[in-house]
Amino acid sequence: MSEGALARPGTAPAAAGDDLLTRWRRRYLRSEGIRGWCLSAPALFVVIAALAVPIGLLVLFSFWTQDYVHIDTSLTLHNYQLIARRTVYLEVFLRSVAISGLVTLMTVTLAYPLAYYVAFDVTRKKMVWLILITLPFWTSYLLRVFAWKIILGYGGVVNSGLQWLGLIEEPLSFLLYNPFAVILTLAHAWAAFAILPIYVSLEKIDRSLLEAATDLGDGPIERFWRVTFPLSMPGVIAAAIVIFIPTVGDYVTPALVGGPSGLMIANLIQTQFSKANDWPLGAALSIASMVTVTLIACLFVWFSKKATARIA
Amino acid sequence: MSTIARQGRGFRAGYAFLYLAFLYIPVLFLPLFSFNSGIYVAFPIQGWTLKWYGTLLVNDRLHEALGNSLEVAVAAALISTTLAIFAAKAFTRYRYRGQRLSLGVVMLPMVMPDIIVGVSLLILLNQVGIGLGLHSVIIGHTMICLPFAVAVLMSRMEGFDRNLEEASLDLGEGPVATFFRVTLPLILPGVVASLLLTFTISFDEFIIAFFLSATDTTLPVFIWSQLRFPQRLPTVLALGACILVFSACLVVFSEWFRRRGQVSAGPGVWS
Amino acid sequence: MSDPARFIDIQKVTKRFGSVTAVDAVDLQIARGEFFSLLGASGCGKTTLLRMLAGFESPTEGEILIDGQPMAAVAAHRRPTNMVFQSYAIFPHLNVGQNIAYGLRKERLPKLELKKRVDEALEMIKLSGYASRRADQLSGGQRQRVALARALIRRPKVLLLDEPLGALDKKLREEMQLELRQLQESLGITFVFVTHDQEEALTMSDRIAVMSAGNVLQVDDPHSLYERPSCAQVAAFIGSMNFLKGKVRGRENGHAVVEAEGLGTIRAEAVAGEFGEGAPILLAIRPEKLAITDSAERAPLDNYVGAIEGKIAAASYLGDRSHYYVTLPGVQRPLAVAAQNVDRETEGWLQSGAPVWLSWQPKGPILLPAE
Repeated sequence: MSEGALARPGTAPAAAGDDLLTRWRRRYLRSEGIRGWCLSAPALFVVIAALAVPIGLLVLFSFWTQDYVHIDTSLTLHNYQLIARRTVYLEVFLRSVAISGLVTLMTVTLAYPLAYYVAFDVTRKKMVWLILITLPFWTSYLLRVFAWKIILGYGGVVNSGLQWLGLIEEPLSFLLYNPFAVILTLAHAWAAFAILPIYVSLEKIDRSLLEAATDLGDGPIERFWRVTFPLSMPGVIAAAIVIFIPTVGDYVTPALVGGPSGLMIANLIQTQFSKANDWPLGAALSIASMVTVTLIACLFVWFSKKATARIA
Repeated sequence: MSTIARQGRGFRAGYAFLYLAFLYIPVLFLPLFSFNSGIYVAFPIQGWTLKWYGTLLVNDRLHEALGNSLEVAVAAALISTTLAIFAAKAFTRYRYRGQRLSLGVVMLPMVMPDIIVGVSLLILLNQVGIGLGLHSVIIGHTMICLPFAVAVLMSRMEGFDRNLEEASLDLGEGPVATFFRVTLPLILPGVVASLLLTFTISFDEFIIAFFLSATDTTLPVFIWSQLRFPQRLPTVLALGACILVFSACLVVFSEWFRRRGQVSAGPGVWS
Repeated sequence: MSDPARFIDIQKVTKRFGSVTAVDAVDLQIARGEFFSLLGASGCGKTTLLRMLAGFESPTEGEILIDGQPMAAVAAHRRPTNMVFQSYAIFPHLNVGQNIAYGLRKERLPKLELKKRVDEALEMIKLSGYASRRADQLSGGQRQRVALARALIRRPKVLLLDEPLGALDKKLREEMQLELRQLQESLGITFVFVTHDQEEALTMSDRIAVMSAGNVLQVDDPHSLYERPSCAQVAAFIGSMNFLKGKVRGRENGHAVVEAEGLGTIRAEAVAGEFGEGAPILLAIRPEKLAITDSAERAPLDNYVGAIEGKIAAASYLGDRSHYYVTLPGVQRPLAVAAQNVDRETEGWLQSGAPVWLSWQPKGPILLPAE
């Protein structure tokens, strides 16, 4: 009947006679581990070959030095000393972290009520809202950022519009090329990344928990802070991480709307790999910023988990 | 309580519409000014015209960049989604030592700033002598797309009863036939979603392509190079408007497809 | 051909998940054509054992043979077994006919023949005309039947059923029990049936293996399992049972003389195992083996012993029978007593707090080893 039975007519359980193939088949069938590793190996290979290895190389590079075209491969802390000594680097680091921190705070705070509205108040057209929220983010990031340049620019939409309406005589020059423009642009560009995780965590909350809280005597505000908010915390943390990490390393926005006072780490790194042509210094800057960002992100996750535990 | 809730609800609805305005108005300036006959992006609108769309049709460098971008995005979407199907199966269907670690490694590109990915790959490709070009961009994009594809497919695979695959094996179909007769039809909406998402991510990605594309510019790199010249802005705006419409169609299509998938696969999975 | 009594031969099979031992050195032989049940509470290892028969899990140690063939290197899709899943696992993207025909692809039947086979299967499960229905248009009972037809159409040597009636309501479940049993008898296929419902197992099975914590406690036919449990755990799991602590005092005409709490020194005829003098034992007696009367004089005489006085702690009237809890002096837990309400006039004569007399046949109590 079965092929297995036909394939081995009258086989006795002969362990010694098993060929290699059978042994392997038996081991493959028996071990979920082998199957799991086999299936995930190609994906792991891509990430290791195209991320882990390059970053290892980046670390190595950061201990080398470059003198115009010649790369000196003797290991030295020279680049890191340079970063520590030059206050302009420290300044850009701090500015990047501060800008991203503010962007994260702003985006998450602004996104929360909207996510709450879609999760709890919208009943029938949730999908329409979700599409409306995500639609702008399927368009080019570059163009979304660029849109702010034409809006805030000296001869841009706001200035020309206000002049046209006769509200101002001279164009306002403080709109563009400053950290404020960077923050506004990033907050706009990354909005969906805050709304979606928060929405998902709110949507997952079992509605009977809210009824239970009310039943146990909580008013709507107490209930929000004691039940809804702590339960949505995973979404808030995810949103914060998903926004903070890429925005610290964003190149396009500061380059387009930041001006000299709004430059960030990525612009510094990019310069080392192009105009300045000092790859090892660029590598050291990359590593330094990566470590900083990782530390801040870990601290943030640890701290917010503590805070949530206290509220609840 | 209910009155307060209702009041809060009114405020939230108002807020939600304001927020949508904040999301959309800046983006909508692109198509608006793409119809402006003046070169400068400023009010008042000088006059209405379609001539900037005409320039799109005759710009060879734009066509080349578009072709490059399509090539890269299609390759990155196909490769990352294919790899992700296998990885997602390993992460959802089996339990083994090292599984969480592997998942963490595959998800790593999601929390890595793209500039770091760009420069580190730049160094690696230079060192091993692979050199730059579209193939390098494909490598970088496949990697950054992978975690998104895995996330989409994992949630789809977790969404259906593992017994269905076992039932197929039980009924005499081998692992390969089971994959094509049961797993693939059931995760198909997820596969399409993953293809669309990864295509978009790659198509839109700028900084990695900026570092790795060398002379084979992709569309974002091409747009970037145009932004410095004010007289070319209207063409860029027209291009932006086209991308906007194209993306909107893509989203609507993917949503339609996802819903269709839910109707046929959704209610059956409850038991 | 293999030994028909060892059609399925499970030899010292152990399955460990990490540090958890789900199945612990189980030895079981299932005969050809038998309706065999694996009975136990959830987490006892019965489903794991079934999944090892199907090939979805492989034993950590030990060997499984089906019809004489070792199964270790045979993948699930090549085994002569088919399974009805607890969740039924009806493919949601296929209709009923496609679901049933799913396993026939490799037979490469001509279209007409395939249709005929599917129609026959549908007729067997009384769902003729449902071939083009979508899976989500079926009720629970219909899904169960489709799962059954889908498995049986492959004419397996062994049909594995994982709590297939668990999701159905009581009435439908009872109907399906009968139908399954009839189907099994007419097809002559070996059924291995997993359930936690002892009544279901007793009604349907030729033999039952009672499992607990990965071990098989006893394998027997329903009658033996109920009347001659081999240990206190089985006795407690199947039906209900009163346990009284006691000691063996001696032997008399081949019967054991036992001193049991509350009953004094009595004779026990049914003995599971050998007991030396002074050995601690459990005296087990089923509620229906106890006779209850409102006075010592009215206690049944023929072959009955006892007539021990007690007091009713709680009484419940169930129509065909009544359940009482009777406290005996010197016994901590009240004894459960089930009495058939044969006499219409007895209504209400045994109320809570009333003094009663218990008696039993010498064959009633079973001696079991103390835990």
